[in-house]
Amino acid sequence: MSVLVFAPVQDGILKKIALEAVSFGVQLAHGLQAQCSVLCSSAASSEALQQLQDLGVSAHYSAEHDLNEVDAVVHYLTQAASLFGAHQLVVSNTYLGKSIAPRLAVRMGIPLASGVIDVPKKSDTGWEVRRSVFSNKGYAYLQVLGLPCVMAITPNSFPVESRPVGEMKTVALPNTFESSQTKIRVNRVDRVLGKIPLTEAERVVSAGRGLKGPENWHLVESLASSLGAATACSKPVSDMHWRPHEEHVGQTGITIKPDLYIAIGISGAIQHLAGVSSSKVIVAINTDKEAPFFKVADYGIVGDAFDVLPRLTAAVQLFKASHA
Amino acid sequence: MNILVCLSQVPDTTTRIVFTSDGKSLDKNGVQFIINPYDELALTKALELNESLGGGSVTVVHVGRADSESNLRKAMAIGADKAIRIDADATDAIQVARELAMVATKEHYDLILCGRESIDYNGGMVGGMLAELLGLPLINILTSISSNGTEAEVSFDVDGGRAFAQVTHPFVATCQKELTEPRIPHMRGIMMARTKPLEVVSASANADQTQVSRYEPPVAKAGCRFVDAGDMDQLVSLLHEQSKVI
Ligand SMILES: Cc1cc2nc3c(=O)[nH]c(=O)nc-3n(C[C@H](O)[C@H](O)[C@H](O)COP(=O)(O)OP(=O)(O)OC[C@H]3O[C@@H](n4cnc5c(N)ncnc54)[C@H](O)[C@@H]3O)c2cc1C
Ligand SMILES: Nc1ncnc2c1ncn2[C@@H]1O[C@H](COP(=O)(O)O)[C@@H](O)[C@H]1O
Repeated sequence: MSVLVFAPVQDGILKKIALEAVSFGVQLAHGLQAQCSVLCSSAASSEALQQLQDLGVSAHYSAEHDLNEVDAVVHYLTQAASLFGAHQLVVSNTYLGKSIAPRLAVRMGIPLASGVIDVPKKSDTGWEVRRSVFSNKGYAYLQVLGLPCVMAITPNSFPVESRPVGEMKTVALPNTFESSQTKIRVNRVDRVLGKIPLTEAERVVSAGRGLKGPENWHLVESLASSLGAATACSKPVSDMHWRPHEEHVGQTGITIKPDLYIAIGISGAIQHLAGVSSSKVIVAINTDKEAPFFKVADYGIVGDAFDVLPRLTAAVQLFKASHA
Repeated sequence: MNILVCLSQVPDTTTRIVFTSDGKSLDKNGVQFIINPYDELALTKALELNESLGGGSVTVVHVGRADSESNLRKAMAIGADKAIRIDADATDAIQVARELAMVATKEHYDLILCGRESIDYNGGMVGGMLAELLGLPLINILTSISSNGTEAEVSFDVDGGRAFAQVTHPFVATCQKELTEPRIPHMRGIMMARTKPLEVVSASANADQTQVSRYEPPVAKAGCRFVDAGDMDQLVSLLHEQSKVI
């Protein structure tokens, strides 16, 4: 019995969500007195392999070619699971993970628990898993009916901790996937370069209609870059095309869970809060001291964004300079 | 094209979520149920695709009880030609996906559209499961589509970017906000919807693989600490020392 984790690798480097998933998988394996193995999406650098070993991985499976397609990932995970008897599969609930997990569960004929936010408990039937439901307006305890299952874990919910177990072996998987089976022909992928993907960001600076117009977003971007944060916005802001759609957070946008969420000139409508309320720390900046956002914020600043933002950015820069 | 759109219904977005005192279910008192917003976009896109091709048919399918029929009528008022309700409580993603797969194989559909996720249970699983059950390609998080009926040009969101691809029908796609704007039903559509077919089929009683044992409201925050707008150094040091987030 073992735990098998899918780890996205980019340019040889393990993405942060991969480290979280591996660390989670190792912890799960400890509870099961089992081993943890990993399948990387592409060739991992020697540093990345060392990282896997330090985290406590016992086996690293490698496929001959990069696993760019969902079909290939599902194929090799299924293969590795059946060849090596993996009983527990772990993926990160990113866009890629959301494409992989349901297909994998159906193909293997095992249950799926998605949006996992805590280390699950063993139960009589299999697992008890806690997940967010109703767009963060509640939690559900999900009984997974069956021990081997697929778990899709929410990014930024688990710490990365080392539990080294000794040597890690590398096992090459037989090359059995034919790319010609793929019916989706991808012509190009536009990557947003130099920006932190919103769903994976630890810090997010977000602004709403209070910013008055797209020409003022440099204030938001300066604060974000001083903090190493991603940028987000409220729904009307993306509806008016002040900002791209992929920055829209909330019930009908993206749901995020950063360590720090700074909301500037956003009223705090229930639909907006649904997407951000499980952020660990929330700062709200608003001219209106009655703004609903202050009811869910940890820190509040009653003030004009145009006045507060430059000073907050300067304060962060000063702090960074003195803590470098 | 012959298009199948999978519709779920969810509490209206302004709903204050309250659970029953035993914690076992959502307190439905006073809750208004609407078509899942992403599914409404899927329906609109299905109509637009067929309008651009100059023909075809759009069927909506839902796993649920009779109380959802007003939303199925609404979908037909928006423009769907036909609705199918599979008579079962939706309790688990795989159970729903298997029921939908039964309907999807009864007839040939060129395209099957789902929402990216239902905004109540936020699973985002049914579309992928359905694709796998049917052995069809999956375009997850679809942001644009044009089609000649045989081949479609699509774009979809991937982690940190956007992909552009061609895919041959039939396939399954899950719809994202940017795809289109929802349509509002007009009087004529509402009148016509009354006579459109709403077929009720019995469920095949698939077993669940998961069960929710209880619900819990989120923990309330300790309260907001106000920091003087003139003292941003204080905010920064609180974020560093107390909250440890920077
Ligand atoms: C079905 C449905 C789904 C929805 N889904 C979403 C969703 O996913 N995400 C989402 O965000 N919204 C969503 N909404 C919209 C939501 O209800 C609100 O309308 C929206 O969040 C408001 O955006 P806002 O706070 O930017 O704008 P406003 O409500 O206009 O608030 C602007 C805020 O800025 C403050 N302000 C003004 N000037 C300044 C200044 N100079 N400095 C500082 N503060 C200032 C004001 O006091 C005010 O609080 C949805 C609505 C519906 C009906
Ligand atoms: N009860 C249901 N009946 C029909 N379609 C559903 C149902 N539940 C979910 N779906 C479809 O599956 C998508 C994803 O749902 P979920 O996996 O629950 O987040 C929804 O947007 C719908 O298109």
